[in-house]
Amino acid sequence: MTTVVQAPVGPVRARIGPRAVLRHSLAITRRNLVQVRNDPGQLLDATLMPMIFTLIFVYVFGGAIATDQHSYLQYLMPGIMVQTLAFASRATGIGLSTDFGNGLMDRFRALPIARSAVLTGRVLADLCRLLLGQLVMLVFALVIGFRVQTGPLEVLGALLVLVLYGFALCWVSAFIGLVVRSPQTVQTVGFLWTIPLQFGSSMFVPTATMPGWLRAFSSVNPTTLVTDTCRALLNGGPVVTNLAGALGWSLGLVLVFVPLSVWHYRRRT
Amino acid sequence: MIRSEGLVKRFGAATAVNGVDLEVPTGTVLGLLGPNGAGKTTTVRMLTTLVRPDGGRASVHGFDVVREPHQVRSLIGLTGQYATVDEGISGRENLYLIGRLLDLSRKGARQRAEQLLERFDLVAAGGRQVRTYSGGMRRRLDLAASLVGEPAVLFLDEPTTGLDPRSRNGLWDEVRALVANGATVLLTTQYMEEAEALADRVVVIDGGRVVAAGFTEELRARVGGQVLHVRPARVHDVPSVARVLAYAGLGVAAVDAGDELVRLPVSGPDALTTAVSALGRSGLSIASVDTRVPSLDEVFLTLTGTERSGS
Repeated sequence: MTTVVQAPVGPVRARIGPRAVLRHSLAITRRNLVQVRNDPGQLLDATLMPMIFTLIFVYVFGGAIATDQHSYLQYLMPGIMVQTLAFASRATGIGLSTDFGNGLMDRFRALPIARSAVLTGRVLADLCRLLLGQLVMLVFALVIGFRVQTGPLEVLGALLVLVLYGFALCWVSAFIGLVVRSPQTVQTVGFLWTIPLQFGSSMFVPTATMPGWLRAFSSVNPTTLVTDTCRALLNGGPVVTNLAGALGWSLGLVLVFVPLSVWHYRRRT
Repeated sequence: MIRSEGLVKRFGAATAVNGVDLEVPTGTVLGLLGPNGAGKTTTVRMLTTLVRPDGGRASVHGFDVVREPHQVRSLIGLTGQYATVDEGISGRENLYLIGRLLDLSRKGARQRAEQLLERFDLVAAGGRQVRTYSGGMRRRLDLAASLVGEPAVLFLDEPTTGLDPRSRNGLWDEVRALVANGATVLLTTQYMEEAEALADRVVVIDGGRVVAAGFTEELRARVGGQVLHVRPARVHDVPSVARVLAYAGLGVAAVDAGDELVRLPVSGPDALTTAVSALGRSGLSIASVDTRVPSLDEVFLTLTGTERSGS
């Protein structure tokens, strides 16, 4: 039944090209960034929270874990950068869930735009948050005494590895936000799944003292792989050992969770 | 033109919409009336491509809502309980966002936002976050947001529920202006009064089915006749008044505890005379007697057979 019964008044679009998808995604990104500008408190999870963790770990546990606080700071800081990603990426799922809850999604979904634009726009905005969080944490680290042992290229490389992994985490978070119904539960689930990944890794302590099964888990845990890659990039040491694992995990997560999220977004009513 | 045939939507075991046929000719307003849970919103969500029907078919300007959702979306505007705006950004930013999503240029989107803010009396509040808006401002912005693309077909899902009378009248005026400009409108409401004020035709649904359809006058006529209202001076005389009217052959009025007056559907020109003389003989003290055309809300309650649960 494709016959036009009545000449439509407005322009009728049948398809949307990739340029339009990009334009729509950026419009949504802008909306999410304006929201952050209006409510800067939304940045606390990507900035203040990891700072507090850093202070606790360095000054409370640091002396007990390492020989002195400064050498522990050098060890910890790349790990905290990864933890910052885990904190900040939770906003993707919470944001999507909130948009569904208050009806904004219906507005978007009744517009002639690609379904993926809403998700892409959200993740792009969160990527900006992530990057800002990483830069703030790097400056903070330098202020409290962290010293980069390598060069600017390595720092850039570390940031790239981190942001790519953060991008992957945002899509996992998006998936959680679309599958779990209430924003409160999204918040809890988004927090819970990252805990074993953080503590069962080399993020806070070397894995040598862990029992065998945990060491085995830790050695394939993306947190360990990304953290150790960044450690090598910032503190010196062989980068290649963990780089493949770090990039592999990031790309793998993206390949799995982007289509899963888009699929759930389409299906959700 | 909006058209649906045998539209069905099930949620698990429950059937929310059970074979709804609708037709809204181009340039007219259809009022979709029904109590809470009647299936109004689900019907609108199917017609606006947000929910896939489980049965039947529907089209907007000839485009099928399931097979050609994209074309449908480029023709429609949606305002409702479920399609809202972003509370965390300003009214102006909301309108700009939708303009950009509808492929207006940056400048075009900005201009369109200003036009709409002006038209809906939101210029002063345009820069404020929407979470600070009053209910009336919020609804005006909702409506403005659905008009950014100058849609040919507009869906308004309970646009005035919860608004004070002044805001409601303002919104009604806007809808009338749109219709005067040739828009096709499907409006859902719980209020017969709203349907009467805005709609050319009315479809009443209940339990997911169409229970009545037609022009508002036709629906009134279906319930028929007039209603006699007798208000005794003392509230405790209400049952006695009902008894007197019944003895006078006017029919039995249902009287509930707490009623201040007796309502009795009557027919024929002599009913009022009969009632007054019977009441006069009874010696009861009567505050007022009159006959009225049934209100559309009474028609509505008769047609749906339900008490309206609180809004």
